[in-house]
Amino acid sequence: MPRRMIETAEKEIVMMKKPALLFVLVAGLGAASLAMAAEGGKEPAGRVLAFDKAKGNCLACHAIPNDPKAVSPGTIGPPFIMMKERFPDRAKLRAQIWDATMANPRTAMPPFGKHQILTEQEIDQVVDYVLSL
Amino acid sequence: MMKRRLTAFLAGLLLGASVGAHAGPAEERKAMLDYYKQRLPGIKPGDYVYGALALNPDAKDQYDSIMIFPPFVNDVDEGRKTWEKPFANGKLLADCFPGGGKNVAGNYPYFDNAGGKVVTFENAINACLKANNEAELKYGSREMGLLTAYVKSLSDGMKVNVKVEGPGALAAYEKGKQFYYARRGQLNFACATCHIDYVGAFIRSEQLSPMIGQAAHWPEFRAGTELFTLQTRFRQCNSQVRATPLEFNSEEYNNLEYFLTYMSNGLPMQTPVFRK
Ligand code: HEC
Ligand code: HEC
Repeated sequence: MPRRMIETAEKEIVMMKKPALLFVLVAGLGAASLAMAAEGGKEPAGRVLAFDKAKGNCLACHAIPNDPKAVSPGTIGPPFIMMKERFPDRAKLRAQIWDATMANPRTAMPPFGKHQILTEQEIDQVVDYVLSL
Repeated sequence: MMKRRLTAFLAGLLLGASVGAHAGPAEERKAMLDYYKQRLPGIKPGDYVYGALALNPDAKDQYDSIMIFPPFVNDVDEGRKTWEKPFANGKLLADCFPGGGKNVAGNYPYFDNAGGKVVTFENAINACLKANNEAELKYGSREMGLLTAYVKSLSDGMKVNVKVEGPGALAAYEKGKQFYYARRGQLNFACATCHIDYVGAFIRSEQLSPMIGQAAHWPEFRAGTELFTLQTRFRQCNSQVRATPLEFNSEEYNNLEYFLTYMSNGLPMQTPVFRK
């Protein structure tokens, strides 16, 4: 993933934040979701992708202790906790999801971007979700 | 740390395969056993034939109670009928096998030097049918599966005894091994990723079994009576990583079966069995 593309994607997200927040408000979600939105998680699309067996299926390998809906997770990868602290550099997180074999050639984690398992936009949505954890 | 251990192990494995007068399948099997003993402490290698059940006492208890009255006895009996039905020439399938087919299945697959390829138990059945002018059975068919389920039950408890001798055999074994370690599919997994690197880990709610022991209990009946052969399982494990499954009895799968079964050498066969 070229750095410039990542930066562009980031800008887009910054630009999208306001309408997304508005959408959440209009949809009248619960207080918890609002808090999540205020913290930067802009919409639940990333979560849907992370759970969906035909898409991200992150739950097959990663526990998500802070998300009560994340039941029977796998134990192959480390749990998603304190992700913002562990990934202050968003680009690093995105790169890990785009092609985990870059960091570890023998990884079990599928190369979601490189093999087009997720679209670029979907990866950004997953990154948003993971950073909200 | 675990990663480094693994890398060292794999480097050893690959090195062992290519250099050293003494390295070969036997040493590789031993290295694999040592690795699993380390990764799955407290589990007796003799229990590896139970696969994922060996890792989960509750599931094993359930299995034991199901196996008291296995739901698939009638299915296996269908296989017995095929086995005992005389050919048009009056001979029997049992006549093609030493000891009438008792305690032979553990010798398969073997490498046939004359034919230059791996011979699976299914191949031997079809060779017998052909030699007696009978119609061969389709690989992957229910009829072939039920027949082997019955005949292999005559080898229940026999120790797996696959031999890799001579350059042809070694080449077939190596091809099977390469298949096992090669990544494939959109999801980019090798068999080794799941069953070696992450043995014992959970992928969602499924616990990953060790490859030693995996080939010693086929066919199995899943969910009671759903017949599954070893190569059906290969196809499923290929599909779930979004790789195109290969044909039953393809050279690749037969070599894979040869490699994988060799790795179960010395373990008692359990056929047929229930799996969830
Ligand atoms: C089949 C297993 C598997 C799946 C599916 C999977 N991962 Fe991973 N993931 C791993 C493993 C194993 C690691 C540990 C590092 C390594 O070996 O590459 C990892 C590491 C990570 C890391 C780095 C964590 C850290 O602390 O360094 C992140 C972030 C991550 N995964 C995100 C995801 C996301 C997001 C998804 C879904 C879109 C996902 N993973 C799907 C297996 C998986
Ligand atoms: C993405 C993970 C994954 C990959 C890759 C994978 N498997 Fe599996 N395999 C599983 C799971 C999950 C099971 C069911 C639980 C178990 O028995 O291990 C299984 C079961 C099996 C079994 C049956 C075990 C039994 O006792 O019933 C065999 C044999 C097997 N796999 C062989 C293979 C081979 C050969 C390959 C490569 C072609 C492969 N697997 C690739 C996940 C995988």
